[in-house]
Amino acid sequence: MTKKVKVDPEKCQGHNRCYAMAPGMFKVDEYGYATPRGTGELKTEDDIALAQRAVDNCPEQAISIVDE
Amino acid sequence: MSNAVKDWTTDYDIFSKEYIKDPFPIWDEIREKCPIAHTDRWGGSFMPTRYEDLVAIAKDIEHFSSRNVLVADVMPAPDDERPELSEEDQQLIQQYNVGAPPITSDPPVHTWARKLLLPPFSVTSVAKYEPETRELCNDLIDGFIGRGRADAAGEYAQQIPPRVIASMLGIPKDEAETFTGWVRGFLELGLTNPELREQSARSIFEYMIQQVQDRKEHPKDDLITYLLNQKVDGEPVPEPHVVGTCFLILVAGIDTTWSSIGSALWHLAQHPEHRKQLIEKPDLIDNAVEELLRAYSPVTMARYVAKDTEYKGCPIPEGSKVLMNFPAANRDPRVFENPHVVDLERAKNPHIAFGVGIHRCAGSNLARMEMKVSIQEWLKRIPDFKLEDPDAVTWAGGQVRGPRKMMVVFPA
Repeated sequence: MTKKVKVDPEKCQGHNRCYAMAPGMFKVDEYGYATPRGTGELKTEDDIALAQRAVDNCPEQAISIVDE
Repeated sequence: MSNAVKDWTTDYDIFSKEYIKDPFPIWDEIREKCPIAHTDRWGGSFMPTRYEDLVAIAKDIEHFSSRNVLVADVMPAPDDERPELSEEDQQLIQQYNVGAPPITSDPPVHTWARKLLLPPFSVTSVAKYEPETRELCNDLIDGFIGRGRADAAGEYAQQIPPRVIASMLGIPKDEAETFTGWVRGFLELGLTNPELREQSARSIFEYMIQQVQDRKEHPKDDLITYLLNQKVDGEPVPEPHVVGTCFLILVAGIDTTWSSIGSALWHLAQHPEHRKQLIEKPDLIDNAVEELLRAYSPVTMARYVAKDTEYKGCPIPEGSKVLMNFPAANRDPRVFENPHVVDLERAKNPHIAFGVGIHRCAGSNLARMEMKVSIQEWLKRIPDFKLEDPDAVTWAGGQVRGPRKMMVVFPA
């Protein structure tokens, strides 16, 4: 089982908060809408902590950490 | 009739001196006693104060329309003398209140109008203006640093956003003073002076119409030309739309950001420990900007109730106005631990200073860049400063809250 970070494209409104705090984990398009880089897999505890920080700061509650 | 507010939950007055100067205890009272307050003042409105209510209402665009986003339809006159407006004046005001897309649009127009506007305000696009913003901040500081005393609101914060916006729009920066006058006339001083408000709106529209005509004949590498070159469903964007969007960029991009910069400096002037923290840990700046945005969110928007609805048992009839008190939501203890404490290292801060939902501020990346740069450059040159007289600081409020005159002193 792996942990992954996800962005719900229906909820994201392009605030850019996740990208600002974790540019290595998220990318944004020209409208500001975010998606995880690569598969979004969180390999280390640090990755998980950073993803959690993005979850905690997203005003749209668009980010989640899931087990797959 | 006495204008003093007796009960903030049933009779709030967002233009009262008390509310403008120190709204925080008032929001706390409303949030706990009656989280969606109501007033009959200024045409009547409802005002949610809890984070979850602001989010829910912002997202319910079916009932809560953005066709009118101004916090007052009937413009108040100063203090005790507040006469009703003539129908003609109201019509004039209404005429200029509409047509600032996409902030005043609902879907489907909102969807394409916003898509048009977001790319020039992306993180990458606004980064292009960072070096000149830094230079501008330093030029401004050069003007007063030798004096050991300055109006950090009027001589610094207020000077930055109009020049950056002018640069984006391809307009000479020496016209920034004129813009500032118009925008204050529309959004701030105009709140208590309907004639000035109407005049200011007309001046901005006339100016923008002229600029748009000029770019049609002489295209430049600027935002106006970019907007004129965009297509919607294969057709060029209608010209009135471009003019309306330019109006929005000017009005929304100036006193909002200068208020944020001003409030940030007001806070830092009184907190040497936070200045020290930012100087010793420069990487903290982005988090600090978010925290200052949360604690001193400048903007209250409004929504127009498009059809009868009920929110948590509170009937809200069609035609009502709802004040989107994002600043109060950002001090809600249900979401923010110790909400009245400014913690530059705050880890959990999903603030909604830029709104939430489809109307999230399109200029948020620009505002953040300007805040960050203006704080950094100020602290580099003036690491030690304080308010000359805290009681002498004057504030504007209602729709946009921030310091307007703020004398600070520092070692020259």
